[in-house]
Amino acid sequence: MKISKLFIASSIVLSIYTSSAQDKVILKGKELFGDLEARHIGPALMSGRTTDLALHPTNNKIVYVATAGGGVWKSSDGGATFAPIFDEHIQSIGCIAIDPSKPDQNIWVGTGEVWTRNSVSVGDGIYKSTDGGQNWKNMGLPKSDRIGAIIVDSKNSDIVWVAVLGALWGDSDDRGIYKTIDGGITWNKVFYVDNKTGCSDLIIDANDSNIMYASFWEFRRTGWSFSSGGTKSALYKSIDGGKTWNKIHNGFPEGQLGRIAITIAPSNSTILYSVLETEKKENNGLYRSDDSGASWKHLNSDFGLVVRPFYFSRITVDPKNAQIIVKAGLSGSISRDGGKTFKSLGDMHSDIHDIVFDINDSNRMYFATDGGVYRSWDGGSTPEMVSNIPVSQFYHVSIDDKEPYNVYGGLQDNGSWYGPTKSPGGVESRDWTRIGQGDGFRVLKHPTKNIIYSEMQGAENVWRFNTDTQELITIQPLAVKGEPKLRFNWNAPMEVSKKQTDRFYMGSQFVHKSEDMGRTWTKISPDLTTNDKLKYDIKNPGGLSNDNSGAEKHCTIFTIAESPVNENVIWAGTDDGNIQITQDGGKTWNNVIANIIGLPKNTWCYHIEASVFGAGTAYAVFEGHAKNDYAAYTYKTTDFGKTWKSIITADVDGFVRNIQEDFKNENLLFLGTEKGLYITIDGGNNWSHFTNKMPSVAIHYMELNPKTNDLVMATHGRGIIIIDDITPLRQINQEMLNKDVHFFDLKNAVIEEQSNFGQTATELEFVGNNPSSSAQIIYYLKKRHTMGKMEMEIQDTNGNKIITLVPKKQKGINVVNWDYNMKNPKIAAGKTISYAGFTAPRVQEGTYKAVLTKGKEVYTHEFKVVNDPKSAIAPNDRLKQQITTRALFNMNEELAYSVYEVDEILKLINQIIAKNKNFIKEGTKMKALFDALKFKMVVTTGDGYVGTADPQLREKLGELYATIAGNFTAPSSSQIDNMESVKISFDEILNEFKSLKTKNEGVYLKQAAANGLPFILKSFTDFISE
Amino acid sequence: MKTLQLTVLGLFFALSTATSFAQTADEIINKYIKNIGGADKLKALNGIKMNMVTNYGGMELPVEMVQLTGGKQYVKINMQGKEITQMASDGATVWSTNFMTMSAEKSDAENTENAKLSNADFPDAMLDYKVKGYSAEFIGKETKEGTECLKVKFTKKPIKVDGVQTDDVSYFYFETENYLPIAVEVEIKSGPMKGQKSVSTMSDYQEVEGLFFPFAMNMSGQDLKIKKITLNPTVDSNAFAFPAPAAAEPAKK
Repeated sequence: MKISKLFIASSIVLSIYTSSAQDKVILKGKELFGDLEARHIGPALMSGRTTDLALHPTNNKIVYVATAGGGVWKSSDGGATFAPIFDEHIQSIGCIAIDPSKPDQNIWVGTGEVWTRNSVSVGDGIYKSTDGGQNWKNMGLPKSDRIGAIIVDSKNSDIVWVAVLGALWGDSDDRGIYKTIDGGITWNKVFYVDNKTGCSDLIIDANDSNIMYASFWEFRRTGWSFSSGGTKSALYKSIDGGKTWNKIHNGFPEGQLGRIAITIAPSNSTILYSVLETEKKENNGLYRSDDSGASWKHLNSDFGLVVRPFYFSRITVDPKNAQIIVKAGLSGSISRDGGKTFKSLGDMHSDIHDIVFDINDSNRMYFATDGGVYRSWDGGSTPEMVSNIPVSQFYHVSIDDKEPYNVYGGLQDNGSWYGPTKSPGGVESRDWTRIGQGDGFRVLKHPTKNIIYSEMQGAENVWRFNTDTQELITIQPLAVKGEPKLRFNWNAPMEVSKKQTDRFYMGSQFVHKSEDMGRTWTKISPDLTTNDKLKYDIKNPGGLSNDNSGAEKHCTIFTIAESPVNENVIWAGTDDGNIQITQDGGKTWNNVIANIIGLPKNTWCYHIEASVFGAGTAYAVFEGHAKNDYAAYTYKTTDFGKTWKSIITADVDGFVRNIQEDFKNENLLFLGTEKGLYITIDGGNNWSHFTNKMPSVAIHYMELNPKTNDLVMATHGRGIIIIDDITPLRQINQEMLNKDVHFFDLKNAVIEEQSNFGQTATELEFVGNNPSSSAQIIYYLKKRHTMGKMEMEIQDTNGNKIITLVPKKQKGINVVNWDYNMKNPKIAAGKTISYAGFTAPRVQEGTYKAVLTKGKEVYTHEFKVVNDPKSAIAPNDRLKQQITTRALFNMNEELAYSVYEVDEILKLINQIIAKNKNFIKEGTKMKALFDALKFKMVVTTGDGYVGTADPQLREKLGELYATIAGNFTAPSSSQIDNMESVKISFDEILNEFKSLKTKNEGVYLKQAAANGLPFILKSFTDFISE
Repeated sequence: MKTLQLTVLGLFFALSTATSFAQTADEIINKYIKNIGGADKLKALNGIKMNMVTNYGGMELPVEMVQLTGGKQYVKINMQGKEITQMASDGATVWSTNFMTMSAEKSDAENTENAKLSNADFPDAMLDYKVKGYSAEFIGKETKEGTECLKVKFTKKPIKVDGVQTDDVSYFYFETENYLPIAVEVEIKSGPMKGQKSVSTMSDYQEVEGLFFPFAMNMSGQDLKIKKITLNPTVDSNAFAFPAPAAAEPAKK
């Protein structure tokens, strides 16, 4: 047989491989991580920034939404719920386009957000799906950085135009309009202005695909400035299918222009609307053309139209009525008179980036905001939030030592929050508590007291909140007489000491230290930055429109780390590329940046991880994206910064913002990049992309919980994501990788005592998963098990089987969960299903064995199960529960066997009657007696819901068993009394059966024999074990 | 109990394409068909019965699945001595047992019409798939279950979901080493998980009279272990038809 041949051949190949490769097994990504999975806890209650919306052209149940940092989400129920469909790729999205002629198949995504705020991420090209979003392929334009629009020809799916806005942080020749005529295999740049000016929007006349309009925008950010506008910003038109382009500015003001919004009325394509950012305030706002762009008329300069053009530049026309237009903005505005007057849209999260009208009903609208997607059924007056899109953008995360532990962090435009990592029924919206206003950044819990520190942008406020007394005070360091103005980063560093629990650090250009939880501050450093005036004394940032938000504050300290080994060793990293260390608690500082070889000057120091493995050991993470440098930079020092070694390899894709070391295994490191999580098990010689339920999302910060060994990630676009218990990764080494099967040693499995209440969320709300509460058996397989048998069971230490489990079979790490249950009782057959059958007795605490049988090989692993340490139940009470449960379990099975016997006897009597007419009278009488008995044993009528019959012995016994087995403590006296009463019925009914059987079996057995009807009953043991 | 019904029903549908068994897509599929026993042996089959166990809430439940040519099929579970039909079809009517009343109920019209589109699938949707109006496309190599696989997009006739015509696409992952499918991904089309991927895995391939079958499967989280496979079983044809309404139940005493 081919398979066996093949199998043997492959075994030979494998053995050759193993013997020659015995020295080094290197597994990457999915070959290694197997069942280790990320767990998402959201939250979704404030959602996050969404950037673009796309509607299916004929099926109004299908809605796509692009997000700033959380990928692409699809709804197939008219926007009631959304599911993520782009997790394997970069999560910053510029736009989505649906192929008009194949809308169920071809979907295009342009990556790289185009609402260019300071915290915006980057894109890596254009993607296409041919199966409605299930699978994606990168179709090129890798340096497009951010894509503003995609147009698919309405008749030919292979023809696609793309508006490349391009790099935000530097010059780029990749800007402009691109076209493919082969479905994205090759691209041709059809229009280009210059390396500073990109195509911000591109639209087509649906009535004539030769007519297109394109807006170009000159713009630039640096770490310390933002500029919108220039002489090259312009609006263009092509009437020859994009071959030639001409400016259409007749009616526009002279001089520089900024970002230009452009749209066309679907119901009358001669009508165009444009929104301009100009040199003069009075010229800003809405322009209308009624002659396909030949001339323009200025209509409106309302705040809602002119506010922050770089952030809001979408205008949408009702598909059925050219006079109804909506403009994205701070609150969004709508005009019903062709743009003469506007009113605000109904209340929703501020900062609206895109608005669409339903294809059939213009009263139905969708809005993409900084706080998720909203939908409205009344023309935008009453928006309602979609509550299952957890795309919150965390800047930071910290944890406490509670059980279950809480996470703390701040969000882009959505304040600061804390919430549990586990909650009855899952982590729901109601579990989260707000702990700050504005944009939120770092939130830290006092190590021992119920005090939480939080902040808003630029440390405008730093709060100290006492969760016991509700006392809230403001504590940020302030400038004092004779000192320079303090410069705090938009995302200002805060740090609590692990050694001195009341100690609290903050960083401006100085390191500030407080020993009394922020009431009194001492400056413990000079200006640690480059103090380059050109980079912080910027007047009127924003370009044509002022945008003085403080977001571009530069030459600041960005990260502070006190060594967990020696509190006098403190590190500070700055946004302008310094890394400073003091070894005497701040008396003297040493800038060690020059010791890092190969790092470009002035590269932002994003994070310093002071190691637990030595006072002089630290990791420093730098990222240069604000200088248009997307390389990964992470270094390790073991000598207080005198020498540094890069630990980045070619495996790492995307710039790095954070690193987390393991506390036990110095070679185990976690790297948070702009494209997700990387893990090394060999100190950085090899990195693996971790993708199990882990999107390629930007990770801004990580923490490792020393109690649970959970890795907690603050993602900037998918909320808080956790990998529970990374212990197996600590134990990976060459010896075990060379074994066929290796079991990992884990912490003791705890039988948690918890309620099963909870879950208040509606069907449409996101609920975060809880960690597993089962005992986990985790093992490594060198090879995927495909051929032949593989089985697993749990045994006690004497080798008695407790239960069969289903083993996992993948190459790499496998996780099998055991819920501490033993075998379920066999329940008597009745008219309905008894729920007692679903309740199994639990094992007691102790040592157990997992036994894995793979072909002829047997592998065993011992592990410990312990009771919940927070439980107050006495051992004697546990014993009583165990004994009573077992007694009731046995009674259930005895009854089940008796009912089986009765059913078999009844079946036999029927068979005899059928064969022997002389037996009809006696047989019918006998049957009635057994039927009457059975009626008392188990319900024989009714249904499983409100038509239920009166409970009989099976039901009473089952209910009592299930209740007591489900508890952890001894049965109550009421339960014991009830058991007595059930036991009396049990004995009576079983005795009745015995005497009925004794009285009649002579007759029916004789009849059976005489009529050639064999009567063989299964033994009790066979019946129970079948 | 609604959940169980849905899960088992769902896994059955996955099963009917996945288990039945079956560097271009054609090459991969041909090798696969050859490796599980060959087209001739498969074509000679007129039915198959699988006796399996599944685990529901810690309880091991016996499951019997029968598939015959022409779309005749059923999945029955045995719970506390009661036989519950999770899904049955005689090729024209799809039905199941309601858990509350333990009576047979017909599946909705859309589901029935969708199921009928697969009536010609037995013994394997991939066998002569072009004749059946299906298509297959090799997508590339991908790591699944930790091992290198060949990914094949398999498209059947479009189904309807809530009245809207929708592509019926499955992605099969054939282990490079042996050309056996070890995982199948399908988009969930309805219910609270819609839009997400349902993943099924297959392992423990063993031989039964010259044909190879996976004796262990996980269908979207539900484990199934096959105890016994009977080829060309004798089955009462009444087992597939929607049963006549039961006689009125005796009044409660």
